[in-house]
Amino acid sequence: MINWLLEPLSYGFMQRGLLASVMVGVVCAVIGSYVVLRGMAFLGDALAHAILPGVALAYLLGGNLTLGALVAAIVVALLIGLFSRQGAVREDTAIGILFAAALSLGVAMISSVRTFAVDLSHILFGNVLGVSASDLWLVGGLGAVVIMAVIVFYKPLLVISFDPVLAATLRWPAELFRNLLLVLLALTIVVSLQTVGVGLVAAMLVTPAATANLLAKRLPVMMALAALFGALSAVIGLYLSYYANIASGAAVVLVCTGFFLAAMLGAPGRGWLWRLVR
Amino acid sequence: MATREMIPAEPARLELEDVSTGYNGRSALSGVSFQAAHGSQVAIVGPNGAGKSTLFKVLVGLLPLRSGRILIHGRPLGQHKDCVAYVPQREEVDWRFPVTVADVVMMGRYNRQGWFGRPSAADRMAVARCLEQLGIANLAGRSIAELSGGQQQRVFLARALAQEPHILLLDEPFTGVDATTQEATLALLDALRDQGVTTLVSTHDLSLAAQRFDRVLLLNREMIAFGPPAEALSVENIRRAFGGRVLLVNGAVVVDDCCR
Repeated sequence: MINWLLEPLSYGFMQRGLLASVMVGVVCAVIGSYVVLRGMAFLGDALAHAILPGVALAYLLGGNLTLGALVAAIVVALLIGLFSRQGAVREDTAIGILFAAALSLGVAMISSVRTFAVDLSHILFGNVLGVSASDLWLVGGLGAVVIMAVIVFYKPLLVISFDPVLAATLRWPAELFRNLLLVLLALTIVVSLQTVGVGLVAAMLVTPAATANLLAKRLPVMMALAALFGALSAVIGLYLSYYANIASGAAVVLVCTGFFLAAMLGAPGRGWLWRLVR
Repeated sequence: MATREMIPAEPARLELEDVSTGYNGRSALSGVSFQAAHGSQVAIVGPNGAGKSTLFKVLVGLLPLRSGRILIHGRPLGQHKDCVAYVPQREEVDWRFPVTVADVVMMGRYNRQGWFGRPSAADRMAVARCLEQLGIANLAGRSIAELSGGQQQRVFLARALAQEPHILLLDEPFTGVDATTQEATLALLDALRDQGVTTLVSTHDLSLAAQRFDRVLLLNREMIAFGPPAEALSVENIRRAFGGRVLLVNGAVVVDDCCR
């Protein structure tokens, strides 16, 4: 058993992959708690796809792909905030328009370059076993920034999410904090690309937080539980990937989903089994 | 109920001068002018869509003015950041949000703590006192999802109390609550009047407005009347506010306000 657990860890790429996945699982789960509570799941998914033109441009210019992704994500996040703030279009409509436009722009740029195919699949599905030491520092650094911001701005973020009218009576700048949340979400998505990729980052944002929401009755507890589920899913998913030889991002997300189903069934007071018993 | 003593007209706590507002370029409410003195209790009455909630949004600063001005203690709205408290209609709150009763009431102290400050011992005592005053101290650790309608309302009343406001806005507090909560709400209003807190309460209940309030503001997208209940709630004014939904039955006014 011990050997079974230790064997994968004898490889440097597995150690780095495991560390990166756990950090991503934790950061996604914490910011994902706001995604779930504020109903921003669609926004998270859209932001993930919207980074494509940034990555493509960075590739064409020979720049840093992560930096390109970061710039694109932040620009799209703030544009969505701007579009929907005027009240002229609903937020989900604004997201739908910008998301499709950005994705199309990315595909258009990529289609002009034949050699891009391999790198593109890494962006779409992640390449957790290709995490380098410098990637690890980037994930750790940006992840720490996101977690610190969530802790430091706990009260304003709680108020704008739970009761925007209270934010208005307190004269707190709700718009500013809403944009801060969007930028934190953009950072989180960029951090996650290496491990789970564009296609699955929405699941890492939503599923652990939704699981925790079934079990917790206070926000800090929900975030802590979500982080636990995110980290556990990363570890179990990676071992599954190693021994069953399946794609790592998909394995992690499937484990997340397993936790969610278990909570749906067994959550005290709210689960299906609980209701059956009563 | 005994007639109340005359409220001194000056200095007014809250003054509105020809206030107009709207959404996306369309007017929603216009020509609202009144003065409410220290500790006065104003019932805001009108049909659905008359602009009662709109007026509240203006008063908390969520909706900009198109014209006119609002003065609190003689100074424009917005210069006193901690002086208006608002109790929303229960349908406006996300009751599945993971916060406890004590968490919600503590939010009433955020104006004192700022963005980053931690709750002081005084804040905790204030929260405990407000929970006690509304009779929900035993629910402090409960999730808000587990509460009955009346308990939900009392949580938000406790939070408003913890804010120690000068002006309190209650949006339809008597709609769909049990008798205990209605009495708790009215008792709270009386206690707040003694502390000089001015309250504005929107309600559909005309007889309650007539019996329990010092002033009535009658709205229907514009100000119809403002004054003591006997004056403001004249048959003529009610007819102007509610239009065809008013019936006169043997001298009693009947308003059919159940259908939009």
